[in-house]
Amino acid sequence: MVARARAPQHPQQAGPRAGEGPVRSRVALRVNGRTYALDLDNRVTLLDALRELLDLTGSKKGCDHGQCGACTVLVDGRRANSCLLLAVTLDASEITTVEGLAASDGALSPLQEAFLEYDAFQCGYCTPGQLCSAVGMLREAAAGHPSCVTDAATAADTAHPAALTPEEIAERLSGNLCRCGAYNAITRAVAACAATEAPDQAPRRPRT
Amino acid sequence: MPTPPDGPSALGSPARRSEGHAKVTGAARYAAEHTPPDCAYAWPVPATIVRGRVTSVDIAAATAAPGVIGVLTPYDAPRLGTADDPTLHLLQDLSVPHRGWYVALAVADTPEGARAAAARVRVTYETDPHDVTLSADHPGVYTPAEANGGHPAHRRQGDPDAAFAAAPVRIDRAYAVPPLHNHPMEPHSATAAWDAERHHLTVHDSSQGAGAVRAALAALLNLAEEDITVVSEHVGGGFGSKGTPRPHVVLAAMASRHYGRPVKLALPRAHLPATVGHRAPTLHRIRLGARTDGTLTSLTHEVTTHTSRVREFVEQAAVPARIMYAVPDMRTTHRVVALDVPTPSWMRAPGEAPGMYALESAMDELADALGVDPIELRIRNEPRTEPDSGHPFSSRHLVECLREGAERFGWARCREPRRDGPYLIGSGVAAATYPVLVMPSTARAHARSDGRYLVEVNATDIGTGARTVLAQVAADALRVPLDRVTVAIGHTGLPAAPLAGGSSGTASWGWAVHDACTALTARLERHHGALPPGGLTASADTTQSAKQKSPYSRHAFGAHFAEVRVDTITGEVRVRRMLGVFAAGRILNPLTARSQFTGGMVMGIGMALTEHSTMDPQFGDFTESDLAAYHVPAHADVPAIEAHWIDEHDKHLNPMGSKGIGEIGIVGTAAAVANAFHHATGCRLRELPLTPDRVLAALGSAGP
Amino acid sequence: MEPFAYVRATSIQEATEAYASHPGARYIGGGTNLVDLMKHGVETPATLIDLTRLPLHDFQELPTGGLRVGACVSNTDLAVHPLVRTRYPVLSQALLAGASGQLRNVATVGGNLLQRTRCPYFQDVSKPCNKRQPGAGCAARDGLHRDHAVLGHSAHCIATHPSDMAVALAALDAEIELHDGEHGTRRVAAADFHRLPGDHPDQDTVIRPGEIVTAVLLPPLAPGAVSLYRKARDRASYAFALASVAAVLRLDDRRVRHVALAFGGLAHRPWRAATAEEHLTGAVPTDDAVGEAVDAELAAARPLRDNAFKVDLARNLARDVLATLARSAPGGAAPTGRRP
Repeated sequence: MVARARAPQHPQQAGPRAGEGPVRSRVALRVNGRTYALDLDNRVTLLDALRELLDLTGSKKGCDHGQCGACTVLVDGRRANSCLLLAVTLDASEITTVEGLAASDGALSPLQEAFLEYDAFQCGYCTPGQLCSAVGMLREAAAGHPSCVTDAATAADTAHPAALTPEEIAERLSGNLCRCGAYNAITRAVAACAATEAPDQAPRRPRT
Repeated sequence: MPTPPDGPSALGSPARRSEGHAKVTGAARYAAEHTPPDCAYAWPVPATIVRGRVTSVDIAAATAAPGVIGVLTPYDAPRLGTADDPTLHLLQDLSVPHRGWYVALAVADTPEGARAAAARVRVTYETDPHDVTLSADHPGVYTPAEANGGHPAHRRQGDPDAAFAAAPVRIDRAYAVPPLHNHPMEPHSATAAWDAERHHLTVHDSSQGAGAVRAALAALLNLAEEDITVVSEHVGGGFGSKGTPRPHVVLAAMASRHYGRPVKLALPRAHLPATVGHRAPTLHRIRLGARTDGTLTSLTHEVTTHTSRVREFVEQAAVPARIMYAVPDMRTTHRVVALDVPTPSWMRAPGEAPGMYALESAMDELADALGVDPIELRIRNEPRTEPDSGHPFSSRHLVECLREGAERFGWARCREPRRDGPYLIGSGVAAATYPVLVMPSTARAHARSDGRYLVEVNATDIGTGARTVLAQVAADALRVPLDRVTVAIGHTGLPAAPLAGGSSGTASWGWAVHDACTALTARLERHHGALPPGGLTASADTTQSAKQKSPYSRHAFGAHFAEVRVDTITGEVRVRRMLGVFAAGRILNPLTARSQFTGGMVMGIGMALTEHSTMDPQFGDFTESDLAAYHVPAHADVPAIEAHWIDEHDKHLNPMGSKGIGEIGIVGTAAAVANAFHHATGCRLRELPLTPDRVLAALGSAGP
Repeated sequence: MEPFAYVRATSIQEATEAYASHPGARYIGGGTNLVDLMKHGVETPATLIDLTRLPLHDFQELPTGGLRVGACVSNTDLAVHPLVRTRYPVLSQALLAGASGQLRNVATVGGNLLQRTRCPYFQDVSKPCNKRQPGAGCAARDGLHRDHAVLGHSAHCIATHPSDMAVALAALDAEIELHDGEHGTRRVAAADFHRLPGDHPDQDTVIRPGEIVTAVLLPPLAPGAVSLYRKARDRASYAFALASVAAVLRLDDRRVRHVALAFGGLAHRPWRAATAEEHLTGAVPTDDAVGEAVDAELAAARPLRDNAFKVDLARNLARDVLATLARSAPGGAAPTGRRP
């Protein structure tokens, strides 16, 4: 895959205010296993960096305020809204987008296959976010995370993860809106993969 | 070469979406995902007054910022040609007809620069008093010439008032549906590139119909249509709000031509409620008169709604009452008042969704008053011909939908409301209808010398599965396996076709595709020997056949069933299960059709329970302008939903025998949920949505 | 969003020094609210000082039996920590009831405390708001305020604090640890960390300029204490609270030995219900006793035109949560097993 990093046509300092530091930064973004050395306006979000600078347009902008989940990517293996992350803060993070979910030979992941099989999307605009969110969610579930709908006894039992019932899947994916209303099919597709997905392939961000 | 006619039919098979792979890998590109070299970014500036005039626009601070290319204002923006739709007459004069109306456009090298420049634009205004509050007795209310869709605003048969007065059982109720917002997941976006050398404008637009966008841009920019290419290859939902060209595409095209650079404009989510249309609020008064056996003798449905001062749009909410029930004396009326509000427009099942909420709630109230089962009440009033026109129905299987739904839902077993701890559980039913619409289309079918087929039509797939279903139509008409057909859509270079709207896309485009492929098949049968290197082509134009007036009343019907759980502690209402049965002609692809029906029901759950928008009387905007405040249903709001259909054969429709299915799923949902709420609690809420504040008030403050 | 400089701090000292030397600086943690507000133009920092590399990601069991939580711990990591799930279920439940999985993964404990109100007039810079611009006026008071405060509001501001987590912290008698460059650390009771609006609605909390939230300290709960969080909202998930309740209860010989009750969604801060607690302490928590105590607390409510329902909602929630806890607490009536 050739990454098309688009150089800004008119690179200039965007009006620093007096007495303050530079408003641009050099950032090495690691996306889908590849490093992109970027000179970024500090205002650029991860989502805009992906879409406008790296031409990785799979991650979608639905609301730009963390209210829809369409921009969900994996940052150090954990799902996050890329619209609320400033790219400048992500030096050294490992980012996975929908473009990085399939195998390097192009073979779709089981979740992607399941989305096709269950017709788990219509317009497709929330789909990359749903997929990345589901990958992160399955890792969380495998790590034993309870959810808002996990009953109190199960949540307190740290030895046994909650079973991923449809209700659990729906709650855990509620950060991803789908206006076409494909929720039932998404739940079925994710449930079909819940048992087979590898629990934790990506490293967590090191805690200092 | 064509397979024998007895080969397996592609139509009716659950073919997967042909663009599915591109969508699950992120490869499918939407309108804002094309970045031509030297692309600039635009950010519009909305008016911050409700009504008045711009008196100055100070762009000095905005243009002083590095990387800002310019700011277009009403004073200096390029003059546009005549627009049929005055909401597209952007930056042409100083008047501000509503808050959120665009008064400037900032253009910069980067998205960040454009946003910051827009924030730096200083606009001064002269303000006039405003009025944004709808009421049924508003002094400005008038009866329009027509409601949306060309329906007469007013229809009357017999003497409904006398019949109502004489009826032994009477229901006289008011219902209210708030403003609702389409909020497709993809905000309205366009990337426009003006090539001065070629004198050609290329636009990627998030639209339900590229052809209409091209026509509008040609008129506004004083260009010939052949000077413009509009591409709408993948569209992230629309639900009506992308049915006509919207301001973003005009602004992007204007800016690109003015500045000589490609311009990308993706509307911020919070701008959508004011600029891309909304479902207008509707106030309903319904009067039903009936004999004690449940036979309806009088029906009056009066709708009062708002429109803007820019353009009249009248939500046709009283129209479905004209075809639903056998009532000799009937009046259906629309009244509208022009307020200083954003211009309303189409939203999924315009008319039917709010109208059937009111009508089917009233029917439930009548059943209650009569002590008759609500399904039985509807069956007793089943008409033999369409009540309004008197025309025979081409097919009408509402009763079958109700009966099959009752059976599948276990209606008989849930006629008693239940209490489970603090929860009240009840069930409700409602009928649904949606008209069969079809528009003229053209299409072209091409047999390639390698044995593959290319079908071309400027259709749009906004998530309906159009690309896939059209390939199925083509495969059957060509009598070849589905995998030999490629369908090209979403481009004005393709044969002209109407927009994706009114649940008419598959019928309109499919008809043309069918005719083109049938013609090609005939050509191929006449052709002997190997195909020429360029292959063979046939075209079709359905203008004659699609415009032919049908002697039949043509509608899809459906029945919705819902079971709700009301939490008496919190007032939270959740749907526990939902089921719809539809009679919508031949179902061409059960996989994508189920998604359409189910998706409509999900939006109906939102309409019933969570989607609440308020016109702020002081500021003239919708308070719930973003997706944190305007609650479209989340995963957790949606239970397992069943969609079924009955095998309906209707030969008075189109060559496929299909009715539209994109909208009927929403139609009866809100009433079914609201009726279930009444069944559970004994309380009737007549204003949507059923949010905890209203529910707690209805239940009384005593708590559990 | 105006351009800003970016500083990545690796120590608390570095952060506070950067703050002192950069006029108009703001600290950024996960940024899930700050970046949102910067896009709205509500926040306009000249410099962002990134705190996420500070050594504040740890959990530390305290000798007292309590737990110290670093301010940069994510909402997810706090919610799912075994000690939190077992000892402080009310906190885990409150966190999991808030936002979405994605947001919880990024939002930090410190940032959660410092998030701003979601009042629509506050978020829209084209409208007057005393919180955003002191003296500008409050558009919400006569505007649309169904979601606004019923307790402790002032003529200048009727906004609510949106955090779920902070409500649980208030009920747990947690403390917030703050650090500034000059004076070192200080601690503030979680229930006192957020302010009532009064004449200064622009000040959400008692934090001083330049101070950093470094930790949340959870005191040990006495054996037998049970806790619970419950939230009501317009949609089943991914929505702010219309009202919520966090409660901790310990019974001894069927009588209330300790009760802590806090409301969310009702006021400019998590509302610790001292009056109700006083009524209940020492009493047998019958439905009537609980009802009277909650009513006594909510007698102070001053609902506005459109939000009187919040008083009923809060009453129902508090009665239900306390009744549920009374049934499940050791030393009370036989447990009924009904789950909240």
